[in-house]
Amino acid sequence: MTDLSSAGAVPLRSVAKRSILTASPEMKRRNAVEKRFRLYGLVAIALSLSILALMLFIIVRDGSSAFVQAKLTFPVTLDAAVLDPKGNGNRDEMAKVTTVGYGKVLAASFASALAAKGVDTADMSAKDVAAMISKDAPGQLRQRVLADPSLLGQTIDVTVLAAGRIDGYMKGRVTKVTAQRDGNVTPEQLDLADRLIAADILAKKFNPQFLTLPDASDQRPEAAGLGVALVGSLYMMLLVAVMCVPVGVAASIYLEEFAPKNRWTDLVEVNISNLAAVPSIVFGILGLSVFINFMEFPQSSALVGALVISLMTLPTIIIATRSAIRAVPPSIRDAALGIGASRMQTVFHHVLPLAMPGILTGAILGLATALGETAPLLLIGMVAFVDNFPGAPIGGFGDPATALPVQVYSWASRSDPAFIERSNGAIIVLLVFLLSMNVAAILLRRKFERRW
Amino acid sequence: MNMNDMRLTDASVDMNQSKISAKGVQVYYGDNHAIKDVSVEILDKAVTAFIGPSGCGKSTFLRTLNRMNDTIPICRVEGKILLEGEDIRDPRVDPVQLRAKVGMVFQKPNPFPKSIYDNVAYGPRIHGLTRSKAELDEVVESSLKKAALWNEVKDRLHAPGTGLSGGQQQRLCIARAVATSPEVLLMDEPCSALDPIATAQVEELIDELRTNFSVVIVTHSMQQAGRVSQKTAFFHLGNLVEYGDTTEIFTNPRDPRTEAYISGRIG
Repeated sequence: MTDLSSAGAVPLRSVAKRSILTASPEMKRRNAVEKRFRLYGLVAIALSLSILALMLFIIVRDGSSAFVQAKLTFPVTLDAAVLDPKGNGNRDEMAKVTTVGYGKVLAASFASALAAKGVDTADMSAKDVAAMISKDAPGQLRQRVLADPSLLGQTIDVTVLAAGRIDGYMKGRVTKVTAQRDGNVTPEQLDLADRLIAADILAKKFNPQFLTLPDASDQRPEAAGLGVALVGSLYMMLLVAVMCVPVGVAASIYLEEFAPKNRWTDLVEVNISNLAAVPSIVFGILGLSVFINFMEFPQSSALVGALVISLMTLPTIIIATRSAIRAVPPSIRDAALGIGASRMQTVFHHVLPLAMPGILTGAILGLATALGETAPLLLIGMVAFVDNFPGAPIGGFGDPATALPVQVYSWASRSDPAFIERSNGAIIVLLVFLLSMNVAAILLRRKFERRW
Repeated sequence: MNMNDMRLTDASVDMNQSKISAKGVQVYYGDNHAIKDVSVEILDKAVTAFIGPSGCGKSTFLRTLNRMNDTIPICRVEGKILLEGEDIRDPRVDPVQLRAKVGMVFQKPNPFPKSIYDNVAYGPRIHGLTRSKAELDEVVESSLKKAALWNEVKDRLHAPGTGLSGGQQQRLCIARAVATSPEVLLMDEPCSALDPIATAQVEELIDELRTNFSVVIVTHSMQQAGRVSQKTAFFHLGNLVEYGDTTEIFTNPRDPRTEAYISGRIG
């Protein structure tokens, strides 16, 4: 080892002779490279942040208006002669009166309310005036009356949705110029809307129904809500969590702690990684052919959606869990084994508690990706127009439902621009969900993290 | 090396019968023949030191004594290792049960990220050694006392064990190992991560443990081997070169390699 000193005979370019107070050209070059590299990094971060900010800005700009809605407030006289022809207050009998009957009641009350407030409707037909009210309003009034028949004969103040175009006019989507070319609304109706706003009958109000109502047909975007999609997504997340997390964690524990290291486990590992990279639409096809065509599960149901998404999420959860388990220092395993703990005790008493934060984060982030997954759901029919809420669990898991991202997709593909606003609104809801799941992941991680 | 620094322990303790008897042990890591035909008798109620240069196989051999090597898939062991006449490699032996009898302390202090109390109580709990909380408390206390840690931690038994200093952590690990009342205690370089003061404390402790257990210690430090052990085994390149009374090995080695090592010429 001592013959190293004799190698000093080879002449090196000397750095010793220069003062350390002046930077050498070599040093200047190295510093410049470093500076440039840091600049690239900063630019990249600034670029991605500004793109993100732009995206959020556009979504909020276009979508926040979905949470407010043009609504008409006026007194309605619930004419017992029309709404309860038999006059006995029997709900089954009353239910025979369809929304057409309620529409007439609403129109009549609306007209008299306008007259009472002195709003001039002389230049318009009665039909055009009535068309200011959403086509969905009679149905909502009917439900309210059927729920509480004692309202019959009374005059109550109701707040009903205005028609979609009126809503669009108030939000700047519809103008008098476009109204001239639009068969659905006339410029006179928009003038009337101006007068109604002045008379305090028409106003933009917070619209919680955006979150509770089911989807509505193309004719009445104002009544379309996220209710069914929210329930469907919630059911799916529940089922995915119940199916995926235990299976994924158990599989990871086995692979990491118990499985013999041989060609078979290598094969399994490689395939798990491959599965994580399979495009989601492929899982959709798989779900369609296996769960719906072969096993004949109900299509468009949260159950099938959850099964398909479970297949997709499982590899993600397994990979996250395995790396969390692998991050537990082997010295802890040695310590436990060294005092005679069995493999199982080592895993459950020491390894799992330490890996818990990582497992939880992985599972929640896996679920979050699953929540945003769209493509496979399109293939198993969850993109359908679903007007009815799925039933309560467990039976409701088999009822038709949609999911949030699918609802975004289906609204975005409709022709009425009112649906674009709703689509953006749905994206906001979806983002809020994802954000709160991520926050939950961070909080759980904090809670379970142990100091070393 | 100044031999006068060594406080050579008096070897006249009653080192009666053999506790572990290894005969013709071979250990392979894949194709690498790590331990070559090692036979050694480890005595009861005595400290046996394994010394030798890095990579000579002393830790590997130590880990075969409680079958910790089982956890390494490519590791293969041949030969006979008898613990009080019973072959620990017999297929009927459950390594978990064996490890309760042959405890182990590792090179790096590795307390569980739990309280001091739970660290010590873990072994008795999983082996069901105590019937009541009071008994468990007693075991924890006596184990911590045996590990000379009790006075320092008795007021904060429920503080995390990872919050102790390095030397205290190592003594906690020793307390954890003795809590299951093993018959043999294997220590793999227990002082390599400790400062001189903590080392002295642990060494003193090892000397006391000898009254109850058979202790096997792997060490890089020949002074340490000289201070704490009665028997010393010198390993070199997987061979057991020399085994005998510590005083003999250090003052009058028979093999030239042993002499070269203890005088600092190889290693």
